[in-house]
Order: sequence, then structure tokens, then C-alpha cells
Amino acid sequence: MQDPAKRVKVLQMENITKRFPGVTALDQVNFDIMEGEVVALIGENGAGKSTLMKVLGGVHQPDEGTITASGSPAVIRSVADADSLGVGFVHQELNVLDNLDVGANVFLGREPHHLGLINRRKIKADTQPYLDTLGLDASPDTPLSKLSIGQQQMVEIAKALSKEAKIIIMDEPTSSLTLSETERLLKVIGDLSEQGIAVIYISHRLGEVTQCAHRVVALRDGKNAGELQRGEINHDAMVSLMVGRDLKRTPLTTSDHETVPRRLVVSNLRTALYPECSSSFEISGGEILGMAGLVGAGRSELAQATFGVDPALGGSVSVDGTTIKRGAARQSIKAGIYLAPEDRKLTGLVLEFDITQNISLADLWNHSSGIGLIDRNAERTVAERQIERLKIKTPSASTAAITLSGGNQQKVVLGKWLSMKPKVIIFDEPTRGIDVGAKAEIYKLMRELARNGVAIWMISSDMEEVLGISDRIVVMHEGRITGELERDEFGEEAIMHLAVGHSKTEAN
Amino acid sequence: MANPLLRYAGRHRRETGMLGLLFILVVITSLGTIEEGIDGLFGSKFLTPDNLKNVARTIGIYGIFSIGVGIVIITAGIDLSVGSLMALLGVFFLFLVTPPGMRPDSAIARGIPEVSWPMAVLWVLLLGTLLGLLHGILVGKLKLQPFVVTLCGLLSYRGLARFYANDTTVNVGDASQDLSFARKLGDGTLGDVLISDGQKGILHSIPMTFVYLIIFAVITTIILHRSVLGRYIFAAGRNELATKYSGINTGLVIAIAYLIAGFCTAFSAIPFCIYTGSVQPTSHGAFFELYAIAAAVLGGCSLRGGEGSIPGILIGTAILIVLRNMVNLLGYPTPLSDAITGGVIFVGVIIDQHGATGLKKLFKRKVKAG
Repeated sequence: MQDPAKRVKVLQMENITKRFPGVTALDQVNFDIMEGEVVALIGENGAGKSTLMKVLGGVHQPDEGTITASGSPAVIRSVADADSLGVGFVHQELNVLDNLDVGANVFLGREPHHLGLINRRKIKADTQPYLDTLGLDASPDTPLSKLSIGQQQMVEIAKALSKEAKIIIMDEPTSSLTLSETERLLKVIGDLSEQGIAVIYISHRLGEVTQCAHRVVALRDGKNAGELQRGEINHDAMVSLMVGRDLKRTPLTTSDHETVPRRLVVSNLRTALYPECSSSFEISGGEILGMAGLVGAGRSELAQATFGVDPALGGSVSVDGTTIKRGAARQSIKAGIYLAPEDRKLTGLVLEFDITQNISLADLWNHSSGIGLIDRNAERTVAERQIERLKIKTPSASTAAITLSGGNQQKVVLGKWLSMKPKVIIFDEPTRGIDVGAKAEIYKLMRELARNGVAIWMISSDMEEVLGISDRIVVMHEGRITGELERDEFGEEAIMHLAVGHSKTEAN
Repeated sequence: MANPLLRYAGRHRRETGMLGLLFILVVITSLGTIEEGIDGLFGSKFLTPDNLKNVARTIGIYGIFSIGVGIVIITAGIDLSVGSLMALLGVFFLFLVTPPGMRPDSAIARGIPEVSWPMAVLWVLLLGTLLGLLHGILVGKLKLQPFVVTLCGLLSYRGLARFYANDTTVNVGDASQDLSFARKLGDGTLGDVLISDGQKGILHSIPMTFVYLIIFAVITTIILHRSVLGRYIFAAGRNELATKYSGINTGLVIAIAYLIAGFCTAFSAIPFCIYTGSVQPTSHGAFFELYAIAAAVLGGCSLRGGEGSIPGILIGTAILIVLRNMVNLLGYPTPLSDAITGGVIFVGVIIDQHGATGLKKLFKRKVKAG
């Protein structure tokens, strides 16, 4: 690295504020980076990291604040603007086309051409130096589909370099890399830094951050939460920056009611996402089990395999001691396990159907005559009962679900299951995108269900929610359950420790 | 609005609009084909009893297989195999009712035993339904693309029909058994079947195929719009994933839809081949799959799935057939009818998507571009 004193500040973002309807995603955030510096941006899910980077990448326009690039003020209105300022993005999900070769990907959209014909030779010649720089052992005309994920990521970096990027943003770049590929990437980051390229490194993996970052910037709830300089970067310091506050919370209730032991038992369940990890846990009737973890920890996949919409690779699920036949949601539903999925619009509702049709969908045979003709009155009565019970705000039961607000849509999903006889309900991110009022109603409902003996499994990335609602918390990291916390052990730091892959003993 | 008819119209805008279009078409055709020198509507070539009977018969045949294709389209699928399947089943039916010696010279043609015509009908229905089920399993269970699966059907069934028939025409007249009742059921009128041949009267102007269509329409309307299966078909067509998350075996639902389509095609294949009197395997039923898709789309089925109705499909079929009849009666060359049909569907779809302003926009853009 060059002498720090001579280095130029390539980017300065000052007092960036970005509001979305109902939420301030960024509140007066400051961020800067020097030439050749590697800055890690850390924070919990939803802390504002992605929003800040999208502002830099031209995807979002800030409501307030200024951006200065290499000393002169910059307005980034589009991705093209970001490109010309030398901001390159290496996304979490790869943005490469695997039906093209390496060179074509690097020069996509900027192909050198003559008379409308692509000059392949020039592409090849121009790509090679970048591949050499990155140590990528592949020729420019290798089909991309022949490369590993790690190598494809190098192609993305090559693409950014070929655009003469001065700042490269890497968003969770190692989430799907093997250990050796991760090592390789960290070395490349070091090389880029030597060449004077600034790298913004977003990762939940604090070990990697410790290895490669010169400085750490933490965000929390859309605000700056503090910085760590090179010598101060260590795991505990980062966790306390990310978590920060002492939350005063009033637990909704405690489980003072009777419980049904071992209502749901999941044993050695393996999912397609993490085939080598198996998970086991149990939930009593009357208990709310919170499941925490970072995005991509495999929580939803575990829920989907338990519910039967995704095939489980092994293991078993039983309700009240009866093992469920694997492989179809029908079997789980018959046994009384219901899932309110993460993505309401894609998997929770048939959006164009009306409320009645959505609520009755899973239980139609019970609203029909023996030969399978639907009894529309019975169907409607059931729907109206749920509308009343859940206080769904709608002109009528025959209103299409697509016209409802997020909170009311979620209530329709819940109405579908409550109209049947729930024994176990899996709530996957039950309040994502839902306003505060509806949130409180859903929490109350979960409590009420628990009091009636239902086992509740709540997956949530919202810390406050997990800490405030759960009777017990299990934490997942990369497909494994890393620990379990009882009420007296609850705390954001404890969860964070487990969520980034440490075991419980290490945390203590 | 107290009037139930108006309320129905309000809820089914697409069907109502298309019904209006059909009405306008009928009026235009009636007026346009008034014989010179004869006053009044009843001088219209369109409104002669014979022409109306003919139109009704054709609507009957086309309507039945269009219902099948429409149901498949509601599952977000497509069935391209209808026309070829009709040729294959037509050839198969005529093989079954004719003595082996009278059949074309191919091992399979000669090998199929002769059976009485009611048995032949059952065999054809069974074969058609099984082929429909095969499509359904390939699409619903093995998740192959419906376009590809039924495209293979389109090619194979036509090829097999031609191969088995040795590329020659197979005639109903070659049968040695008494087919007169079969002819009445296939090509006759309700009066022919219930009373006796060749008389005049109301019953004698209702073709049997139209009667079948009514029966099919009633049954499929109940299935699609009143039954659990029908709800599942709409749900799977709209959002297969969410339907699966409600514990429904969407693969099975989709397979049943293709099975119904196979049955509908097989059922309409029999009266159609009795009506044509012979099966020329290269051209029998050619393009029928496209007419069926056109009828379904005109009638409000969306190729994205989850949308459509049986009344809509019937109206769509009627529009197509009346259009073709009009082109013939007005003395334009028959090939033009397909061109006009294409144009009408195009306009209909634009109006449906963008309202009447859609057409204006289209033309404005053209002017700008020019």
C-alpha cells in the first residue's frame, strides 16, 4: 500500500438519508473510502447496508445528502452514472450469463465491433490481462458454465476492472464460495488494494472481515453505529457495534399456561441447500420457538422441508408422536402442520383469487358435497368468520387478495390455516413488510394460538421480534443449529455470536 | 343493479363483450347476405334453416374440442395435438368399423379386428383419453413444457395416421355393417334420432353435435365453475406454487385437465369423421388445434393461465364459425376466412388488453414512426 498520507479520498458520502414509505432506511449516514482501502460494511439484516450501496450504485436516489467522488461532487442518477464514476458491483447473486464465454461476459454491452460484427479477437486480447491480474486460470473463450462459482465471481471482478472501476463493492461475495475459493478472493482483494482500487466489503462473516479489512464501518437501524480502525478490528468489537443498544423490552407474556410436550419433533432433517447438515429440535404445544439466523442460514429451507413442499433428503418429522409421511404438503396439512410462508405473494396466496377462495383453498373438500361440488355458502361463512376474527380490513369476502395491504394479505394466509385445526404453525418472517399495527395483532394472535396448545415455530430475521415473542430461541448458521437459548440467556449479542457461527460455549 | 342479467354482465365483462361482437357479426352477416329482390331478413342466406343447421353442427364439433383445449389453457398449458389426434382417431375409428379387407394396405390397418360401431366409439374414446392422460403425466408430473409435449403429439399423431392409412383416404362407405343409426347420431338432427328421418320441424333443425355440445358445456361448466377440481384447475393455472403450498397435488390436477382435453377431442372426432364421410389423413382436422386456441382466447382464456370460462369458450367458437360462414356466404374465397379470423382475434385481444384506446394508440404510434 502507498503511504497513507498521499492517498486520495475516492468517495465521500455525507449525511445520506433515504426514506421509503413508512420507513427511514438511511438516516444521515456518512461513509468514505480512500484509494486502495478495504472497508468492511457490517450490520444486521435490514441495517441499511444494501440501501447505502444501492444509493452508490445509482439504483436509489438519496432524499438528502451529498456524494463526492475523487474530490468533485457527484450525482448518481442511474447505474450508468455509477459506471462512469468507476463504481463496480460484484453482487451476492452472480450477474453473469452462463450461456456466453468469459470474454463476452467481461465486455457485455461494450463489445468492440466493426460494421456491426463483434471483434472477437480484440475481446480475447483485451480480456486476457484482467484474467492474469486476477490469477484466473481460464482462457477468454472458455464457456462460463465450465467455471466454478468462485471463478465466475472472478469474471465479475474482471468485468468491473475492465470498466476501470476505482471502487469495487462486494456484497456477501463469499456466501457461496468454498473455503479455498474464499482464501483466493481475499488474496485478490489484497492485490486490488495494492493497485489502488478501493474495495467495499459487505459480509456477515466476521472472520473474513478481520482478515481483509483496513477499517470497519458499522450501520444499525439505518444510522452510523461506529467505526473500527485496523488495530481495533476483532470479533467482539464488531458484534457490539452491530448490536449496540440495550433494548428495554416487555415480554408479551410468559408461558404460564399448560404445554403439550413434544408436539412437533424434527429429527435429523436434511435439506437440499445444506445436504451435509442435519437439524433436530422439538417444540411443545403452547410454546413459541423463535428461530434466528442470518439470511441464507437455511431456516426457510428447513421449514419448507418440514412442511413437505421441498423434499427432505433425510430425517423425519412427527406431530404428537405420529411420524408424517414425507414428500407432500398434503400429509403435513392432514397432520395439522401449517406453513405461513415467507413470500406471501408467490407462495402464500393466489393473488387474483378472492379472500374466500384463498381461505378455503386448502380445505375445499370440507366445504363441498360428497361428489366434489363446492358449497359456496359454507365456504363464504368460514371466510367471513376469519375476516371477523382476524379483523381483516376489506369491503367484502369476495375482494381479490391482490387489492389488500401486506398486513391484511398475511391475515388471509393465516385465516386459511386457522379455519382448519392447527397443531403446529410455522411462521416464516411473519411480519416482513407489515405495518406496526398489524404486527402487534399478529403477535397477539401467535400468543393466543400458543395458549390454546398450538406449537409455534417462528422464523424471523427481526431481532426485536425474536427476542420479544419467543419462549425459546434456536439459532442457525449455514445449515446447522449452532445453539439454543432459554429465556434467561436471551440477548442480541448471544444470538449474534451463534448466528455468525460460533458455538454457545465460545460466546460465554 | 337489481337485474340479475345486468349483474352477470358486469361481472363477466369479457364474455359480455364477445357476445356483443357475436351479435353484431350475426346481424352483419344476415344483412349482408340478403338476396336481391327479396325483402326482409328472412331472405338472408345466413338465416336459411339449412345454413343455420350447418353452422350449428360445426359449432357443435368445434365447441367440444375447444372446451377441452380451453381447460388446458386455464392450467397455463396448451394443447397443439388436437387436429392430428382427430386424424389419428378418425382413421382408427374407420378401421374398427370396416372389414380388414377393405382397409388400406398396412400391417396395422389389416391387423385391427372389425368391431360393431358402438364398440368402436368406446375404443376411440378410450384411446383419446389415454393419449390425453399421457400428455398430462408428461406435463404435470414430469414437468415437461406443454408446448413441446403437444407439439410432439401434433407431429407424431399425424404421421402415424398417414402411415397406418398408407397415405390413402379411408371411407365410411367401406363399412359393411349397418351404420345408419351411427350416421344419425353423428351427422343427423335431434329429430332424426328421436322421431324419424327427413321430416321438417324444430327438432329436425337441431343437429346432434349441437346437442352434445350443450351436454358437454353443462357438465364442464359444473366441473370448472362449481367443483373442487375446477377451483384447483384455476388455482394451479394462476399460481402453481401457492396452490402446492396449500397441500394440493398440482401435477395431478394438471394431468386431469389434459385427460379431459383428450376425451373432448376423441368425442368430437367421431361425429366429425362421420360428417366428412371419409378421412384423408394428411388434411383431416388440420389446424383444428389453432382454431381451438383462437376460440379459447377470444372467449377470455388467458395463455398465462387461471382465467377463462366455458360460456366464453362457446362464444369464441361461435364467433369463429360465424365469421367463416360469413366469408363463404359473401362470396369471398374461402382461404380469406383464416386471414379475417386472424384479424378479428388480433383486434379483440388489443381491445381486451388496452380498451378501445389501445387501437388508437397502435395507430398513433404507427403514424409517429412513419
